[in-house]
Amino acid sequence: MAIELKDVENIAHLARLQLSQAEKQEAQNSINDILHMIDQMQAIDTTGVEPLAHAYESSQRLREDVVTEQDQREVLLAIAPSTERGLFLVPKVLE
Amino acid sequence: MLKQGIAALSSSLSKGEVSSVEITEAYLAEISRHNTDLNAYVTVTAEQALAQAAAADKARAAGNAGVFTGIPIAHKDIFCTTGVKTSCGSRMLDNFIAPYNATVVEKLLASGAVMLGKTNMDEFAMGSSNETSYYGPVKNPWNRSLVPGGSSGGSAAALAGHLCAAATATDTGGSIRQPASFCGLTGIKPTYGRVSRWGMIAFASSLDQAGTLTHSAEDAAIMLNIMAGFDPKDSTSVDLPVPDYCATLNKPLSGLRIGIPRQHFAEGLNPEVEAQIRAALHEFEKLGATIKEISLDNSHYSVAAYYVIAPAEASANLSRYDGVRFGYRCNKPVDLEDLYKRSRAEGFGAEVKRRIMIGTYALSAGYYDAYYIKAQKVRRLIKNDFERALNEVDVIMGPTSPHTAFPLGAKTKDPVAMYLEDIYTIAVNLAGLPGISIPAGLVNGLPIGLQIVGRDFDEAKLLNIAHMFQQATDWHKQTPGA
Repeated sequence: MAIELKDVENIAHLARLQLSQAEKQEAQNSINDILHMIDQMQAIDTTGVEPLAHAYESSQRLREDVVTEQDQREVLLAIAPSTERGLFLVPKVLE
Repeated sequence: MLKQGIAALSSSLSKGEVSSVEITEAYLAEISRHNTDLNAYVTVTAEQALAQAAAADKARAAGNAGVFTGIPIAHKDIFCTTGVKTSCGSRMLDNFIAPYNATVVEKLLASGAVMLGKTNMDEFAMGSSNETSYYGPVKNPWNRSLVPGGSSGGSAAALAGHLCAAATATDTGGSIRQPASFCGLTGIKPTYGRVSRWGMIAFASSLDQAGTLTHSAEDAAIMLNIMAGFDPKDSTSVDLPVPDYCATLNKPLSGLRIGIPRQHFAEGLNPEVEAQIRAALHEFEKLGATIKEISLDNSHYSVAAYYVIAPAEASANLSRYDGVRFGYRCNKPVDLEDLYKRSRAEGFGAEVKRRIMIGTYALSAGYYDAYYIKAQKVRRLIKNDFERALNEVDVIMGPTSPHTAFPLGAKTKDPVAMYLEDIYTIAVNLAGLPGISIPAGLVNGLPIGLQIVGRDFDEAKLLNIAHMFQQATDWHKQTPGA
């Protein structure tokens, strides 16, 4: 499978990446090279094979539903790029 | 003194021949002399290191010293460290100071280790040459026109260049073992789940595993004794007892059954590397092991499956970098979408963006089955191959890399060629198994690595085998320019 420039634009949008025209062109070429390599695996017959998501197929461990973390609000806000009155600041989202 | 590694330094410290402050000062002097050129460290924590060394000496004087007390080490800059920048080799985290220590960092700190600094790495561990770092490429101490390997290239160069006594590292597809091979070091990637991933910045969560780079298998055993173990903070951490890895180092190897996969001795392997690997295998026969050819039928497809699974997981993991809560934020975003898109475009380098896009594509509607599910099925077949083989033999051996370290810049324009660097190591991560690379010879004056792969949680056996080899040979004692 090969991708076109409009596919690159769609993928970049889904991944929330702004690309220049030159970067899109480069991405199209290199991603197509990589997909070509990846497509080798289509040669294997995997009929009836169960997908393996994780090397150890165990169910997620559960713990008691109690508070284990301390309040780190100030510490976590201190490393944010922009905050105000204890909140993360982003550009206006509602008119 | 600086070339000795953990075990020898620990013994000198306990005999009172040298203090931790003296060792730490000596390493710091070497760092200031060589780091500008090698670029192995992103951050050097000199003041903190000297304070930790002084505290270690004090603890020793009070009779409270363990084997690791006062040993100066380096951490790959993927492990979070309270109060010290954790960049993961990325502009995205150039301003990131974690509010907590990774479990690995915490355990080594508690053991009395001294942290000299944080080491350079491929950006978000995505690379096999340490050339994708925001902080520039790392040079190989054996020959400064060559790459050290990656992604743990800074840790490998710092250790091979004698700028630390040992280093932490991580391995998602070969990032400990390949730099170990290129820099003449012992590098172990433990079984998935053996060492906590908490506080270790995520690349591909079902493959990432922390391990060590050291001068010997004995040093690796000492360090893994501290790092391994269950951590309730990591939901994939495995709750199994940790054996004393030092206790079984000297077990004789008579009767050991070694499998050599025919696919790892096929086209693409440099003939001189092959000759050295075969000589190393002969050494094991002299130690009482038997060798049998095996087949890993689907190993040829491991790179293909990996470059679907790892980017897919990365695209999800790296979605957290949005310019809102921490990390890089673009200037004057006009709206939320602009904030996301430009922060990520400016904060991530080319290789990271490429992998995020591959992963996004593989997970997108219409392609999910053809790529992601197909890759997971291939992953199962690859794991089955290993299980079958490890029923017949105790360990699997072969080259870590098809060749010695390559020149800086040689593969940066060709991602596929770079991806194929990990042809012998990647399948091990897909199967979750432990693997170690040990120095096994020199080709044209450059080190090569022998990879040993074992069954789940068989780290003790891998270290035992590596140690016995290192008792019989001195490849691990070769140093750059020596």
